[in-house]
Amino acid sequence: MSSPLGALFGRKFATRWLIGLSAVSILAGSQISLAQSLLNVSYDPTRELYREINTAFTAQWTQKTGQALTIKQSHGGSGAQARAIIDGIDADVATLALAGDIDAIAERTTLLPKTWKTRLPENSAPYTSTIVFLVRKGNPKGIKDWGDLARPGVSVITPNPKTSGGARWNYLAAWAWAQNAYKDDKQVRAFIAALLGNVPVLDTGARGSTTTFAQRGLGDVLISWENEAFLVFDEFGKDNFEIVAPSLSILAEPSVALLDGNVDRKGTRAAAQAYLEFLYTPKAQAIIAKNHYRPRYPEHANPADIAILPKLSFVTVDRDFGGWTKAHKDHFADGGSFDQLYKPSR
Amino acid sequence: MSDALSTEFIGRQKAWLRPAHLTRFALIALGLAFLSFFLFLPLAAVFAEAARRGFPAYLAALSEPDATSAIKLTLFVAAIAVPINIVTGVAAAWAVARFRFFGRNLLVSLIDLPFSVSPVIAGLIYVLLFGAQGYFGPYLRSHGIQIIFAVPGIVLATIFVTFPFVARELIPHMESLGSAEEEAALTLGASPWKMFWTVSVPNVKWSLLYGVLLCNARAMGEFGAVAVVSGKIRGMTTTMPLHVEILYNEYNGPAAFAVASLLAALSLVTLGLKTLLEWRYADSLAARRKH
Repeated sequence: MSSPLGALFGRKFATRWLIGLSAVSILAGSQISLAQSLLNVSYDPTRELYREINTAFTAQWTQKTGQALTIKQSHGGSGAQARAIIDGIDADVATLALAGDIDAIAERTTLLPKTWKTRLPENSAPYTSTIVFLVRKGNPKGIKDWGDLARPGVSVITPNPKTSGGARWNYLAAWAWAQNAYKDDKQVRAFIAALLGNVPVLDTGARGSTTTFAQRGLGDVLISWENEAFLVFDEFGKDNFEIVAPSLSILAEPSVALLDGNVDRKGTRAAAQAYLEFLYTPKAQAIIAKNHYRPRYPEHANPADIAILPKLSFVTVDRDFGGWTKAHKDHFADGGSFDQLYKPSR
Repeated sequence: MSDALSTEFIGRQKAWLRPAHLTRFALIALGLAFLSFFLFLPLAAVFAEAARRGFPAYLAALSEPDATSAIKLTLFVAAIAVPINIVTGVAAAWAVARFRFFGRNLLVSLIDLPFSVSPVIAGLIYVLLFGAQGYFGPYLRSHGIQIIFAVPGIVLATIFVTFPFVARELIPHMESLGSAEEEAALTLGASPWKMFWTVSVPNVKWSLLYGVLLCNARAMGEFGAVAVVSGKIRGMTTTMPLHVEILYNEYNGPAAFAVASLLAALSLVTLGLKTLLEWRYADSLAARRKH
């Protein structure tokens, strides 16, 4: 017991250690339970958007109510984030990539009513986006439209539609183009199978795919959220990449919803509701356009931000695919078209 | 004369060329090449990337609020998980090494379970138990207790994956020592408590230290199980490994590597500490080993 190491195991030291430990835990505990705070559970590419929105909203909220407010963020694949909300993450609002993921929360829990979509303007989607192609500078593979993605020798990067909302928009956009181009269902399926055959790796989220394409240098073309493609410009410079707008794309409506069950338990309803309504204000719409989403009210945005977005013709999920419930069942549920056409062993 | 020289030279050359020497050199070269390629190079790359934007940027990345919160959370989780695993690990190892009882083999297998189960499963177990749709979720929720996607879930998952380290190190050592010294202490009138602190624990202190250091390194570095139960709420439930991933995904490479280098440094300190203690107490260690 005389050696210094012996002291490490001595009784005195153990008691001191325990006291110190409980002091540490009390300290950390008090820090974790800060006062008024909202949790926004969102999908992958919105990190930069909500960082800016949150700064603007908390400043306005504090000015109006005198109450300090922090907004915490969690990001991941849209489907995976919906799963986390179902499993009980303490989210006040869900801002996911598609209505289908919020529908899944409404179906499996009592956190919000099934009619959530009608509670906010514009289908509860304060901004829209679409799907474009990102190619390497000079477009060496000559990619112009969806048809080129199924050509042999073209390597396509897109995330996994089972876990990623963006990937589902990608998939449906490709499907819509093929339906227009071929009319015959067999040819449509052959086209999708050939396109999927050109995908070397399916990442779980849109951000993972972007990293694969831009940072790891895999693939000839990235099927990407429009905002994510512009973000790659900002991060990696315009010298390395080009955006290609296909002849037809899809109008993506990322939806937002209040999670009543959670806000009522936490007593944060007023702030959470105001937060979602804030997204429709001129100030937020300008931030939305600045982050390369398409604002619902473009008149409030900086015209330069609107001008750089390519002009596209759109299909919509509600009109062309019979809504998310049907689209999910036809294409992404177990045994849907994706399962039938994707052969990873290739 | 020239003859003598050449024979000597040939003799030396022959020694070099002796198959045993060649094999030895080849093996050493192979080992070094392997180590430098798979260990030193990546580790050096982490520090090089972290330093790329200079020291002020490095400090800024570590003092940013989300980063400090991740560092605090990592240390906090380790400060709970490691002591709990010391107590339970010593108890389990002692029970297994000293007593023969019904279910002993089962207990030994159970101690190893966290090693054989994938960390993702370890995380999902707790989601299944304490998630809103899980067995105890609704009850806990109605009492305002949040376990999954909060700090308690992270602590639980960490305890689970780091449990075997202490017990695994202690069991063989305790078994090889036998119970003679402990029995002698008892015969000489020591209370069981005194025997435990003056004989049992000092006897295995080196294995215990090993186990604790390994346990601590894993507790701070665990990714898989923690990722499942964390919910990745920035500044609240992201530990250092998760924070590194988030930063990397936000194209913030230098900050990601700054935090990664700190995490790596923590493990290097752990390793250094172990080596230092081994070196300073080499004599007593050798004496112990002789038993």
